[in-house]
Order: sequence, then structure tokens, then C-alpha cells
Amino acid sequence: MDVVLLSRIQFALTIAFHYIFPPLTIGMAVVMVFLEGRFLRTKQPIYEVAAKFWTKVFALNFAIGVATGIVMEFQFGTNWATYSRFVGDVFGSALAAEGIFAFFLESGFLAILVFGWDRVSPAMHFFSTLMVAVGSIFSSVWIVVANSWQQTPAGHHIVQMMRDGEPLMVDGQPVFRAEIVDFWALVFNPSTMHRLVHVWIGAFIVGSFFIMSISAYYLLRGRHLDFARRSFSGALVLATVSSLAALISGHFQANNVYRYQPAKLAAFEGHYTTGPADMSLFGIPDDETETIRFNIAVPGGLSFLLHEDFSTPVVGLDRFRPEDRPPTLLPFASYHIMIGLGMAFIALTLTASFLLWRGRLWNTRWLLWVFVFAVGGAMVSNQLGWVAAEVGRQPWIVHPPVEWTPDGALVVGPSGVVEYDETVGLRTVDAVSPSVDAGQVLGSVIGFGLIYLLLGTVWVFVLDLKIRHGPDAPDDSIGSVGDGLLETATRRPTRAAGMTGPRNDSEDRKA
Amino acid sequence: MEFETLCIIWFLIEGVLLAGYAVLDGFDLGVGILHPFVAKTDTERRLSMNSIGPLWDGNEVWLVTFGGALFAAFPNAYATVFSGFYTAFMLLLFALIFRAVSLEFRSKIASDRWRRFWDWGFFGGSFLASLLFGVAVGNAIAGMPLDAEGNVLASVLDQLNPYGLLVGLMTVSMFALHGGLFLYLRTEGEFQARLRDWMWRSWGLFLVTFMLTTFYTVAKVPRATANFEHYPALVGLVVVAIFAVANIPRCLYWGRPGQAFLSSTVVIVSQVALFGAALFPNLVTASNDPALSVTIFNAASSVKTLNIMLLIAVIGMPFVLTYSGIIYWTFRGKVTIGEHSY
Repeated sequence: MDVVLLSRIQFALTIAFHYIFPPLTIGMAVVMVFLEGRFLRTKQPIYEVAAKFWTKVFALNFAIGVATGIVMEFQFGTNWATYSRFVGDVFGSALAAEGIFAFFLESGFLAILVFGWDRVSPAMHFFSTLMVAVGSIFSSVWIVVANSWQQTPAGHHIVQMMRDGEPLMVDGQPVFRAEIVDFWALVFNPSTMHRLVHVWIGAFIVGSFFIMSISAYYLLRGRHLDFARRSFSGALVLATVSSLAALISGHFQANNVYRYQPAKLAAFEGHYTTGPADMSLFGIPDDETETIRFNIAVPGGLSFLLHEDFSTPVVGLDRFRPEDRPPTLLPFASYHIMIGLGMAFIALTLTASFLLWRGRLWNTRWLLWVFVFAVGGAMVSNQLGWVAAEVGRQPWIVHPPVEWTPDGALVVGPSGVVEYDETVGLRTVDAVSPSVDAGQVLGSVIGFGLIYLLLGTVWVFVLDLKIRHGPDAPDDSIGSVGDGLLETATRRPTRAAGMTGPRNDSEDRKA
Repeated sequence: MEFETLCIIWFLIEGVLLAGYAVLDGFDLGVGILHPFVAKTDTERRLSMNSIGPLWDGNEVWLVTFGGALFAAFPNAYATVFSGFYTAFMLLLFALIFRAVSLEFRSKIASDRWRRFWDWGFFGGSFLASLLFGVAVGNAIAGMPLDAEGNVLASVLDQLNPYGLLVGLMTVSMFALHGGLFLYLRTEGEFQARLRDWMWRSWGLFLVTFMLTTFYTVAKVPRATANFEHYPALVGLVVVAIFAVANIPRCLYWGRPGQAFLSSTVVIVSQVALFGAALFPNLVTASNDPALSVTIFNAASSVKTLNIMLLIAVIGMPFVLTYSGIIYWTFRGKVTIGEHSY
């Protein structure tokens, strides 16, 4: 295998494993801020119990996120040296800003969040939780800015590199690089906001489904009922709103992709031939025949979504040279499965919200069982969204722009295909490190594979232990008094009839 | 500002970030290196880990920011260094991953075998990371063959040369000493008393490797000492380093661990400063042809980017120092084991 393929495999492996954790911590941090805020306001111990339990789980997730995140920062240089030289002036500043503005904030206040319960006042602790949440959201900002710039570059120009006043030539060819012209245009490049919002929504979905999964498990087992109901309800609100928002945000994002990366959207939709476009719901794109096998489609659906008209032509892959087209199968499949999962989240959260409102959720056991496992779907959909975005960007690592005429037609060359300006983009095959050979990358791929397998296994194992252990009792020192307060505070006569089984759980009673 | 001025400012900022990392994560790594030797019981091991528990993560961010700033300010150097030291950096990443997760995982299960495994992960990760930092620094000073674009033409085996390993060992002992002093300040009783011997040992090892490195550099790496001829004032750095090294046994003898820790901090800062002085204005020296060296001028980003980055640093650093101050103040004093500890 060659260095390019191996480097891509390594990047995909390390980013996919890393990306299990940031959405979890971003989403969980929001719920923790809510729970701890409730505790400060109401002083009900159950909220403190909940905040402490989720903090422990959060710390575990965060630690692996940090450990695997440092890999990402260095990997641009180790494996993608040519890319780093080309984009460092632009892309590097976003990463540096991330370090200074986000990582210090997160990691500093994380210390107080995790270790500082007894060392600072409750208000200061709440402030720290808030800062960790803000920091984790900030960190998503800068990396998404950097990635969006790769998709829809803006705010820069391409210049020839100089060495001691002479143009730098390598193998007789001049060397170019991107330099910042307008920092804010770079930050708010055409896709940043769409993608950032979608990433946040995805993170909120993962975080809230994670909390609902563990809570549903407790509810089904009849343990920590009060804790589990409050955590579940809080997370359900976030999950319902986020699932609906994901649909809306996804729609606008697809329009944006079509405007700036039409080949990518064509790959998402398996749309080969320019013309009125159906919206395929299921199928397998076949590059040989340029059709979708086993296709089930809404006629004119894609035309409608992009142009509010069922027969307006949509640019297909035939407007691009074969060497300028992204692969179709992987983007098509990941994009469709992501949307399918998103629709399922909407159905699931709306059903659960309705049942919660009717007071029947806690004894709808099948639905709770679905929620125990739905977090897997939430994680998968986040991963697939990125697969679609990054594989769909191929063959470019920095996507050159396309142009449209004022009346909305794609500008093509004399041969009827888009003629990209090669000097303003960079192909993935040209981006790797010249000084690294395939054997080295193979070695590190195997190394990462083994280490991440170990980490993943241990993570699941330790997480399982924490879940089995469950939240601690509110405060051991006040014993039965705490029990009384808790009971009084949480008794809701209308719901009492709907509780799952008798309250015979020993840990729950002890509380 | 002028392009050259900005390049020099960013060279200095990188130096500050690297020194910040070396001083702060230096004691984390040092605690990791020393802990199998000094901590005999499970409680002592937990004390060791919890002495750095709330701090190591923030300290590691200095490295992340150093890397990000290198990428942004000197992209050519970032690309050259990280791809040129590919295998070494992969091992470094593995080491840092193990260090991090060992801290997190160890306390989660009360089984001897489990805890011993992560103890080794903590030690191995800390030791290997320190060694590799030193190897990278040694090779950067000694220089490597480069091509016109700045790609390294040397294999990992070329990089594991005696000079690189010597600087690596010096780094290990320097961090062990620093970490030992840090742990001494944060512990009490019998455990603290046992640390004394190991502080002397790591000081001794550091002294030997420091002297060997100095002699080797003066004798065999002319490029590294060239700046000292141009700017004789730089000799002051050497004097500071020597005084700081000598001050440590004095403080240990008179029972002033705080001052000794301060001295080891000065030692580390002066080492980073000497590293910078040996390099300037190069970032990576080409051993095959000086004209191919990656310098702060031919590696730098545009004036516009350097200015923007400077603004980001000026806005951001006061915040960073404030958070760090809050965290270190919150977790001051002797370390104890509580319900939220590792």
C-alpha cells in the first residue's frame, strides 16, 4: 500500500476514535450545567448527586478525548507535511487559537470540576462547570473553522513561496502556499456557520442520548429512580429539540454544499446525470452504469429541496472529470444512513416526549429499552456525517472553488466539465509527507490500531463499572433525614401510579 | 511590524511556550519517572499520581499550543520537524497517550494486577516521552540532512545517535529531579523522607549528563556554539544554568526544598534558552548544506498572519495565566486522598 492510502487510513482511524469523545463531552457538559444550576437554585440534593455522577463519567470520557486529541494536532505535520506547508499560514492560526482560547480554559477548569468539589464554593464549582462547557464548545469552533476552510476556502490568496528573495523551486516547479488576506472572511467562510451549528447539534444529540441510555437502564432495573427520571427528562428536552434542529440545519447545509461543492452533493445523492433530480431513499450507486441499483426514490425530490421546484435541473457528476469526482458509494451510504438515523431520532424523541407529557413514559418498557441502545445510533450518525463530509471532499484536501453564472448555471469549460484551478486547491495525493515511507506509516497505523483497541475496551469496561456502581447517595452523614427530604421533594402524586415496579431497590431506599 | 522583527518575536514566543511546557509538564513527567522507585505502597502511588492529578492536563496544553503556534507561525518548520521525526513522534504520542490514560484508569479497579499494569504505563509513558523530547532537541541542534523543500533525509536509526540519546538522558534526569522536588513539596512523613535519596541520585545523574552534553556540544557541534561568539552575552545563560544546578544540593542540604524547586525551574528554563541560542536563527539546521537550513525567516508565515497571531497571543495569554493561577492556588499545599481523587 502507498503512503497516501496508509496516511488516510491512519487519519480516519485516529479521528474517528477521537471523535467518539468530544461530542459526548460537549453534550454532557450542557446537561451538567443544567443539573448543577438547578442544584444551586433549588438546593435539592438529588441534583448534586446527579451532577457528581455525570461529572465522574464526564471525566473518564474527557481524559480519553484529551489523550487521543493530541494525536490530531501533530498528525498534520507528521503525515501531511506538504499540506502543512501549503496551508500553515491559514489553517495553523485556527489551531493555535484553539489552544490558547479553548484548551487552556477547558483543562484548567476541568481540574476544579473533577477534583475541586471540597475545595471551592458551590458557586465557584458551578462557574467551573460552565467554563468547561464553554471551553469545549470553543474548541469545536476553531477546528470546524479550520476544516470548513478546507471545504470552502475564503479570506486568503495563493502566493509563490520565496527563499532568500528568489522563487523557491522544487524539482523545477514553483511552490505555492495560501496566505491570509482577511482573517474574519477566513473564520466565517461560506460553510463555517452551517457546519458548526450541525456539529453542535450532533454533539447535543450524542450527549443527551448517552445520558438517556444510562438513565433508561436504571429505570428498567428499578434503580436510582428519582435520579434517572430527572436526568432522562432533562436530556430528553435537549434531544428532542436537537433532533428537530438537525433536520432543519441539515437542509440548509445541503444547499450550501450544492452551492460550493456540487460534486460532493451529487455523490451524496448518487446523482450522475445533470437534470431534474429524484431524491433516493434507498439504493446502491453503481459507477459503471451510472445508475442507482435497487433505487427507491421520490421523483423530483432533490430538485424540490434545492430549488423548491420538482423539475429544475440539478448538477450531476457528469459535469466533472472522472479524476475530479469523489467516490460515490461511501458518501452516498454514510449520508443516507445518517439521515435515516436522524429521522429515527425525531420519531423516538417525539414519542418519548409525548409519553412523558401523558405520564406514561416510565412504564413503556420497550421504549426505554430502545433508548438504552439508541446512543449507539447517535454516535454512528455523528461519525457518518463526518465520513460523508470528508470522503465527499475528495479528491481534494483543499477544495478549489466553483463558479456559477448569475442565472444559476454552473460555469463549465469548453468540454462541458468544470475546470478547477489546480493552483488554488490541493489534491490529497499531493499532500503527504515526502520524507515518510509506507513502512513507517504502516507501523504507526498498527500501533494506533492496537492502542486504540486497548483504550476502547478499557473505556467500555470502566464505564460499565461506573454505571453499575451508579450515583452515590446524596449525603451519607444525614442518613434518614436526607431520605425524608428527598422523598418529600420528589413525590409527584400523578406520576406515582406510573412508577416501574415497587420501590424495593435497596440502594434507592438507602438514599 | 517588520517581517524580521515578527519572526524574532515568534521565535521568542515559541521559546516561552516550550519553556512553560518543560517546566510544568516536566514535573509531571518527573513524578511519572520516579514513582516506581519512591512509592512503595498503593497509597504512596496514589499520592504521587494525585500530586499532579488536577494539573497535568493543563500542563500538556502548553505542548499543544506550542505545536499549534509552530504550525501557524513557522509552517515549514512544523512540517519538517514532525515529518522528519516521524517514528520518534509516533512513539512520543503513544507515550503521552499511555501517561494520560494510566492516570485516569489506574484507580478505577482495586486489583493489584490492574494497578501494576497502569503503574508501568505511567512510568513507561513518562520516561519515553522525556527521552524522546531530548532526542528531538539533540538532533535539532546537531542538524540533519535536508532537501530543498526542507524534508529530512535521515531515518529514525540515524536519529538515535549518541548525541541525541545523551540529550535524551539528560532530559530524563532533569525532569526526574524536577519531579522529585515537586513531589517532596507536596508530600509529608516517611514517603517524603524516602524522596531525598532519589533527588540526590537524579541530581547526580543530571550533573553527569549535563556536563557530557556540554563538552560534546562544544567539541563536536560547532554550529551550536557559533552564536556564543557573535553574542558573548549569551554566556550569561551558561553561568545562570551552572549556578542554578549548583544551588540545588545547597538547598537540599539546608532543607529548603522550595528554593531547590525554584532552582530546578531555572535550570529547565536556561536549558530551553540555551537550545534557542544554539539554534538561532535556524529552526532545523541542515547538516548537508547550511543554505538548506530551515530558519525562522524562510519558515515563517506572512506578516499578516504573524500579526494576527500576535494579537491572539496578547489577548489570550493573560487569560491563560489567570486560569493557571486559579488552578494552582486551588490545589496548593500537601496532597491528600479524597473521594474525588484518582
